[in-house]
Amino acid sequence: MTTAERTEAERNTGSTGPSEDLAPLSPLAVPAARADGCPFDPAPGVERARREEPVTRATLWDGSTCWLVTRHQDVREVLGDPRFSADAARPGFPFLTAGGRELATSKPTFIRQDDPEHARLRRMLTADFMVKKMEAMRPEVQRLADDLLDRMTAGRNAADLVAEFALPLPSLVICLLLGVPYDDHEFFQDRSRLLLSLRSTAEEVRTAQADLQRYLSRLAAAKQREPDDGIVSRLVARGELDFEEIASMGRLLLIAGHETTANMTALSTLALLRNPGQLARLREDPSLIKGAVEELLRYLTIVHNGLPRVATEDVTLGGRTIRAGEGVLCTLNSANRDEGVFPGGDALDVGRDARRHVAFGFGVHQCLGQPLARVELQIAVETLLRRLPDLRLDIPFEDVPFRHDMGIYGVHALPVAW
Amino acid sequence: MRVHIDQEKCCGAGSCVLSAPEVFDQREEDGIVVLLDAEPPAGLHEAVHEAAAICPAAAISVEQVEQLDQAERVERV
Repeated sequence: MTTAERTEAERNTGSTGPSEDLAPLSPLAVPAARADGCPFDPAPGVERARREEPVTRATLWDGSTCWLVTRHQDVREVLGDPRFSADAARPGFPFLTAGGRELATSKPTFIRQDDPEHARLRRMLTADFMVKKMEAMRPEVQRLADDLLDRMTAGRNAADLVAEFALPLPSLVICLLLGVPYDDHEFFQDRSRLLLSLRSTAEEVRTAQADLQRYLSRLAAAKQREPDDGIVSRLVARGELDFEEIASMGRLLLIAGHETTANMTALSTLALLRNPGQLARLREDPSLIKGAVEELLRYLTIVHNGLPRVATEDVTLGGRTIRAGEGVLCTLNSANRDEGVFPGGDALDVGRDARRHVAFGFGVHQCLGQPLARVELQIAVETLLRRLPDLRLDIPFEDVPFRHDMGIYGVHALPVAW
Repeated sequence: MRVHIDQEKCCGAGSCVLSAPEVFDQREEDGIVVLLDAEPPAGLHEAVHEAAAICPAAAISVEQVEQLDQAERVERV
């Protein structure tokens, strides 16, 4: 550790000092590594924590510590309790990397703000993602999915599913909704990757963030001159936000829209290919698709390192006292494997009622785009299975490049054949 | 069963609409929850309980009317 990092660690530990009732287990280092050969399962250390010490201490990259909350009920309590703040500027807020801290603090969006400011900004967008509107997009999403598969399969019997289907589909849709030209997708996808990589330095994140900010701010100015019916244009027309604020909001939606559904689509496909019995059930009865997507969201939980919060008051949780100023990480993937809520939860079961999963988070910050994600995932998975009955993995499973290094889990590529 | 919603708390995630579309909807202008049926028939009770359980902002609450009646009777006695 360099001197600068040490100073940083001391600052992050906060001035309140450690709690008196530290867990007897030695603190778990997070992000914790998954076990070899079990790429769909949470890290063994996190699973063990849920069984033995559900509210436990964890050590972060910079040597600072935070609480790790691993059970379904406790995760819901923290995320639903306004005494746990999402404001990354508060001392003690836990960050997974230096880049993550840069991303969360330099130009915070409403996901890193508390109510009432969070609610004011979020409510400017809730109408754009409401269930009815997203359901009305089904024909358009279906057409895009079919076009992509037409292109992917034309004269070929193998391709990278991420590059040719899983990523372009949600990218096209979010660009359409925002009013961002899809032709610029290489630019945002590249910046998006940098912003979500756990390996990016603070400097790389700062530059990528500034690039996107500049791009979207210019786009907002262009929409003022030539309005359309996209979200950016409508935010401009409301006249309540300046171009920089609109750019921040646009950046959040663009990144979230690109990376999350793309990885869920590819990872879902892989998980089904690895569970042929479940794949066969879904193929035999496509009406299972809605429930199957909820189950895939639960089982895979791509926000895999957890959601960060910081306590603003002393709070008792699971028999532990979390002091004001102490950071908390809510691990969604372990909550979604909680046996008390999802019996046999380590198995993928497309017939399960998985609706209580927390894959989209919980509390007022729960994913704004979830109605869109559901429509996209239902269409993507159903269409893929229907159109490619011989779909199979085209490389050994051991060679699949899992995104252990990214904030959003998934696969970097998924070579498939049909 | 009597259903209550708190539009101030609602964050517009829309999960209630997916669980019980006969009981919940979203306002056109801002996606905030709208109650379509405050006293849904028994066949929908399970779906409403589910909607209340998964509502991320705890904006839905459910009252058991039978229990309420009993409590009122006790009060009168």
